Amino acid sequence: MERIYADRKYIIIGFFLLIGLIFLVRLFYVQILVDKYILSANNNVLRYITQYPARGLIFDRNDKLLVYNEAAYDLMVVPRQVRNPDTSALCEFLGITTADFNLRLEKARAFSSFRPSIFEAQITRESYGFLEEKLFRLPGFYVQPRTLRKYTYPVAAHTFGYIGEANPDLIAKNPYYRSGDYVGINGIEKSYEETLRGRKGMKIHVYDVLNRDKGSFREGKYDTSSMAGTNLYSSLDAELQEYGELLMTNKKGSIVAIEPQTGEILAIVSSPSYDPNLLAGNIRKKNYALLLADTVFVPLFNRALMAQYPPGSTFKLVDALIGQQEGVITPDTRYPCGGGFSLGNGKQVACHPHPSPLDLIGAIQISCNAYFCRVFRAIIDNKKFLNTRLSYENWRKLVMSFGFGRKLGIDISGELTGNIPTPNYYDKYHGKNRWRSMTIISLGIGQGEIGITPIQLANLAALIANKGWFYTPHIVHAIGRKDSLNTEYSEKHHTLVDPRYFDVVIEGMANVMTAGTATGAKLDSVTICGKTGTAQNPHGKNHSVFIAFAPRENPKIAISVVCENAGFGSTWAAPIASLMIEKYLKREIKRKEIEERMINGNLINGKTIISEGGQGHILQD
Amino acid sequence: MVKPSSVREDKGIFYKIDWVLVTLYLALVFIGWLNIYAAVYDENYNHIIDLSQKYGKQMLFIIAASLLAMGILIIDPKFFSQFTWFIYGFFLFMLIIVIFSGREVSGSKGWFGIGGFGIQPAEFAKMATALALAKYLSTLDVNISRFRDQMIATSIILVPAVVVILQHDTGSAIVFLTLVIVLYRAGLHGYIPLAFILLPLLGVLSLLMNKLILSGILLVIATGFWFFSNRRVRTVMVIALLFLGSLAFVFSVDFSVNRILEVHQQNRIHVLLGQTIDLKGAGYNVNQSLIAIGSGGAFGKGFLQGTQTKYNFVPEQSTDFIFCTIGEEWGFVGSAILILLYLTLFIRIILNAERQRSRFSRYYGYGVASILFFHFAINIGMTLGLVPVIGWAYTILLFIFIRQDSSRYELV
Repeated sequence: MERIYADRKYIIIGFFLLIGLIFLVRLFYVQILVDKYILSANNNVLRYITQYPARGLIFDRNDKLLVYNEAAYDLMVVPRQVRNPDTSALCEFLGITTADFNLRLEKARAFSSFRPSIFEAQITRESYGFLEEKLFRLPGFYVQPRTLRKYTYPVAAHTFGYIGEANPDLIAKNPYYRSGDYVGINGIEKSYEETLRGRKGMKIHVYDVLNRDKGSFREGKYDTSSMAGTNLYSSLDAELQEYGELLMTNKKGSIVAIEPQTGEILAIVSSPSYDPNLLAGNIRKKNYALLLADTVFVPLFNRALMAQYPPGSTFKLVDALIGQQEGVITPDTRYPCGGGFSLGNGKQVACHPHPSPLDLIGAIQISCNAYFCRVFRAIIDNKKFLNTRLSYENWRKLVMSFGFGRKLGIDISGELTGNIPTPNYYDKYHGKNRWRSMTIISLGIGQGEIGITPIQLANLAALIANKGWFYTPHIVHAIGRKDSLNTEYSEKHHTLVDPRYFDVVIEGMANVMTAGTATGAKLDSVTICGKTGTAQNPHGKNHSVFIAFAPRENPKIAISVVCENAGFGSTWAAPIASLMIEKYLKREIKRKEIEERMINGNLINGKTIISEGGQGHILQD
Repeated sequence: MVKPSSVREDKGIFYKIDWVLVTLYLALVFIGWLNIYAAVYDENYNHIIDLSQKYGKQMLFIIAASLLAMGILIIDPKFFSQFTWFIYGFFLFMLIIVIFSGREVSGSKGWFGIGGFGIQPAEFAKMATALALAKYLSTLDVNISRFRDQMIATSIILVPAVVVILQHDTGSAIVFLTLVIVLYRAGLHGYIPLAFILLPLLGVLSLLMNKLILSGILLVIATGFWFFSNRRVRTVMVIALLFLGSLAFVFSVDFSVNRILEVHQQNRIHVLLGQTIDLKGAGYNVNQSLIAIGSGGAFGKGFLQGTQTKYNFVPEQSTDFIFCTIGEEWGFVGSAILILLYLTLFIRIILNAERQRSRFSRYYGYGVASILFFHFAINIGMTLGLVPVIGWAYTILLFIFIRQDSSRYELV
């Protein structure tokens, strides 16, 4: 009788087929229609290990190594693998408490329990030796090799800048950077970031469920190798730089030295400075905070590029050049000086006693205030312009052709423009068309609203040395190879003043040293052409300013020196510039007594700035 | 009528066994071995025959199982029907013994350890039960539509199942219930196997849905049945009872899952139903096996190229989760072929069962198909990641049927 149920086989087979079909549909969905599982599978097993390239080295103009890399190690942690660690030893090594330790571990776990995160960044090679012995007892911890910037000479900190971890903004903006990457934050490190950084590589390794390395993924088919950063040959003269920083000991201010024919920066000092090694590696955070906290001397402030001073009497050179160019004076023009220049309202711009009247050369040599006030008036009151505003605009255009009032475009980050006031500024201040040459007469002697940076001042010296042209000052001579010149700075910039007007100015500058305001800074073996300046400072003692170039024929060095709150240009800035010139041209200082006086000179109220063993700046009375 | 069969008889067993079934069996065993090899494959350690490795043991199994299969094929097919009750009794006894002297493997005390191999009597008990059920149903005066005979058949199935539950191996115990397919083929009313499908469905729904809404739906269905029924008192009573029974079931499932079960068991159920996503705990295995299978794509990553299984993201993939290796390394094409192979095997067994003259052989065939299918369905269905490796018990299970089938022309 069971035969009658034989047809039930179809129902049973049908049921089997139905279940089988459900499986096939599900498989089709999981394996073909969605691809999230492929991603998940890759996340499971693949680890992308970044290969960090070594950053490019930086050399000085004499092939001395200035900036190099030292091996450093990031201590990494994989929280899931941490098993009863020998916490005490590690805490002691890192100088943290057990609570700190747990906090860091929790933070890492919050990121991911099976992916590595940095537990302690940039452990130096010396410390690593100690850590290495302990590491095998610390499951879940391992070290990742990184590099640490090191500096042969503890100089030019502002120029080199520093590197730090890429911040989230940058990571969002630039797809090259990932969390944990280093990037140049300041100085050359920033402006040549793409050259110096090289190219990161990526190794893909396969890891099993216990996070054990199972070797390359597909025999390294998808790996990319890292490419080391490109070396930079800077134009810096390490010895001159070091000497400049020595001369600026216990002084606020800056020195910028440029090779006039090329625009290459030979030395660039901003004082007070700090040892660049202080801002490399894991001590950076602490030291940076210390340097930042010093609001009296502001050591992080790069005065050479960012400080704006009234140029004082050094600006008279610009008056002399523009006056000639505009045809309002000739070298033979003489103006009287009765101890000053009367402003007509009972006040006057004072001048020191000297023979009078003087011609142009004499006025430069003696730095006569009255003379240059008259030159400035002649320029602004020039009849060929309809009104003051137009003549002022013309004057401003000429001044700006000297590189003032705008960024020169140098290759160290942080440069500021300085300030050559716009006509609108005076309109606002005095009322529209309510200002005349006499209103703004202080510009004629480099005082007032005018602001010029030390690098712009050095560039002024360089363009006078070149008789009317300059290359944009720059610090990198060649990229990659010594003979592969930095092509960014091969364009000659001409001022709007004809070269023939420069000779008389240069003559005057030579006289400054031999019989003028800076005789104390003259050098017997080399003809220096210089100009002193004393910049008025509403906040305290005047700034001592000096610009110069040497030798007079075929100049090799153009220089600007600013010593804040140091008084006359001739007292501090001129001797310091002179010593720098001697150092660069002769490599040896004969005038030991001046040298000693300059080095020991303290212009910060008898306080001493010392930089000591990673402690940043300490101010001592 | 007798002539052809005696001619075949003369030709010997070699010509009479179903080589299609044997080939399917061998193919599935080989696929199993290949993927065990892939699952535990290690570049540095890849000798094919190594008894310390799982695939080495599996290779040894293939050789021994082949011998065993040949042995079964030599045995007189009448042996199994004549000794059915002895075999059934023997394994029932073993099931009880193992509770006291067995080894505990992943929570269940159902294993005898023999050397490096473990033997689980429950697996053999399924075979014995299939035999016993076939034997009982083929007895001349048994009529499965009779209540008394239903009770006896049910007891044959439930007694070993209950003993297996005592071993804390609920999973294996459920397999016994699949033999209801045999009863259905023998003439059991279709409502009962239907209930076997509907009750779990209703249970799942009662956990997933709002119980009031579910009750409402049940009420609508019951009203529908009443409306279209002959409206005799007895029918209405049955419908009313079924409705109330369903309601009681719905509320008791919810109550027992959320009140009686322990928290970790609740979690397993919630994860299984997709109510909670717990990728690190109870849901880890399922999720990881899905990742492994899903990452295989259409054509797979290639033999020995799977990363998920090779690096142990899927646990125990050499045995239970072997399907992950297939899914990952052979892709949709490979997995589909495997599923089709299994379906072919099941259908072939059923078609062969139908051609039996001996009712014992036919019912046994259905038993074999049911047990194998249930393993296949539950395991792949629950995780989309489980295919049973055909072991000793299933070799015996299947080959006894192949032996019966080979003697189908003999007079019963």
